[in-house]
Amino acid sequence: MRLPGLALFGGGPRLRVHQPGSCQKARTLTESRAVSPLPDVWPGALVAPADVPIRYRAWMHIHSTTESRSEVVLSVDRLCKSYANVVAVEEVSFDVRRREVVGLLGPNGAGKTTTINMILGVLSPTAGSVHIGGIDLARERARALAQANFSAVYAALPGNLTVSENLRFFGLVYGIPQLGLRVAELLRLFDLERLRDTKCGLLSSGEQTRVALAKAVLNRPRLLLLDEPTASLDPAAAQTVRARIRNLAVESGCGILWTSHNMYEVEEVCDRVLFLSHGRILLEGDPRRLPREHGAATLEELFIRLAREPLAEPLEHAG
Amino acid sequence: MRIKPVAAILLRQFYLIRGSPVRSLPMFAWVAIDIVVWGFITRYLNSMAAGRFNYVPSLLGAVLMWDFFARIMQGVSTAFLEDVWSRNFLNLFATPLTTSEYILGLVITSIGTGAVGLVVMLVLATVVFGLSFFSLGALLVPFLLVLFGFGIALGILASALVLRLGPASEWLVWPMPALLSPFVGVFYPLATLPRWMQDVGHLLPPSYVFEGMRAVLAGRPFWPGSLAVGAALAALDILLAGYFFSRVFRYAIRTGLLARYSAESAA
Repeated sequence: MRLPGLALFGGGPRLRVHQPGSCQKARTLTESRAVSPLPDVWPGALVAPADVPIRYRAWMHIHSTTESRSEVVLSVDRLCKSYANVVAVEEVSFDVRRREVVGLLGPNGAGKTTTINMILGVLSPTAGSVHIGGIDLARERARALAQANFSAVYAALPGNLTVSENLRFFGLVYGIPQLGLRVAELLRLFDLERLRDTKCGLLSSGEQTRVALAKAVLNRPRLLLLDEPTASLDPAAAQTVRARIRNLAVESGCGILWTSHNMYEVEEVCDRVLFLSHGRILLEGDPRRLPREHGAATLEELFIRLAREPLAEPLEHAG
Repeated sequence: MRIKPVAAILLRQFYLIRGSPVRSLPMFAWVAIDIVVWGFITRYLNSMAAGRFNYVPSLLGAVLMWDFFARIMQGVSTAFLEDVWSRNFLNLFATPLTTSEYILGLVITSIGTGAVGLVVMLVLATVVFGLSFFSLGALLVPFLLVLFGFGIALGILASALVLRLGPASEWLVWPMPALLSPFVGVFYPLATLPRWMQDVGHLLPPSYVFEGMRAVLAGRPFWPGSLAVGAALAALDILLAGYFFSRVFRYAIRTGLLARYSAESAA
């Protein structure tokens, strides 16, 4: 099915477009992704040398563990949120699987943060359900949230606690066993040892991001939500963080839902993207193929076109 | 209810107090100043009374107990406000932490900070001004427990109000004890008040404590049942405050208020 405005993208392959009222999950591309023939450029054995691009190392891991990857860690089904007459999110459905990095893209006000807030349990949906690791968030909130963690630019850790105090505090909240060892491990992993006794409010943006990411993986989550995790980082630091997170997905097996306005980053990191606009998922697929499939030169161009597309059925919307 | 998340709230408060004299000083400084000021006032009044009446237990004792109640209430609300000030709600409530674990953590925090203030007040009032709480006997414990219970209830109510009305409403919660003090007869019998104020006073647990304390100190008969009424009211108030907090929390989750509390912090 095609939205009228999407004809702009030419007569490429059939779009996977989500329409309100037809809320079957977008599995077509998700499932085909599991057998994606990505390495027609990188001819590799299943042991990746250190200089193999991140995306191919991820592919290698995916294909070596296809069975475990098929496990769904996040299932969002017909999620809706409306405030009085304003629809913020309308019947959004998608899955995130193990070792999969899914990009949630969309213009400002598209409903990305609203969707993430509902997955985090800090905003209740008007309708629909969220299952984390198979556990219904609405019924077993604490158990479901124990499987997840997040980092967001707008949710800085308390600035009046030091780095290690913050990690210990959140570690206790999550009930982490052998917390001292885990905190020491994360301080080392995120290069925070020399900052361990520095108050978070005194750290630079990049350092705060590293602390937030360390906190986000404290409980070895099955689902990691990252809302613009590299927004305040310089290109070098952002590159390091992307590599670290990508490796995390590969090594720990967690599924990651990632929002970003940096399309280069999305192409590099994400296995799959969901374009959200006016509270609906308009398009879903492989970020490296979608532009070509829909007549755009780059993902950024596709993003801009989609963001400017009017919807088939005009609605009063808000993000 | 799990222990570790509750311990996390305590640990966070410990970190904050340990690292900040601005937070540790008020735990005992203001109550100490209150005791010193009221201690000298009672000395002066005693000298004027020329032995006909001892103001120390009735006035200084009342100040001590009222300050204890206010410290307990503020202990809960201040620990909650730490999350408001550091804009931590999203980080906190996107975890497995439940509201009952969170509130229990606030309450236990308040027991710790309130106990420090109580010890300082007792030492000062006893050593410097000769206040003897032995004159209240074993009743001191239930008196303090009723005040503690009502302080907890009021602290939870204050926290719920701040959550519902926004960070600026903290200025509404600080004067709460002062607002209640005329109705509970801290320094005078309830019978002194107009009828409608007495009726309000009878709904407030501290009035039973202060009426009882005055009766015991004056050697008048004291009906323990009145203290039981005060204790029952305090327990009821805790339940109502907890229910109100959970209603406000659900409202905050339904309307996006909780998420916006943090979103504002991005500015």
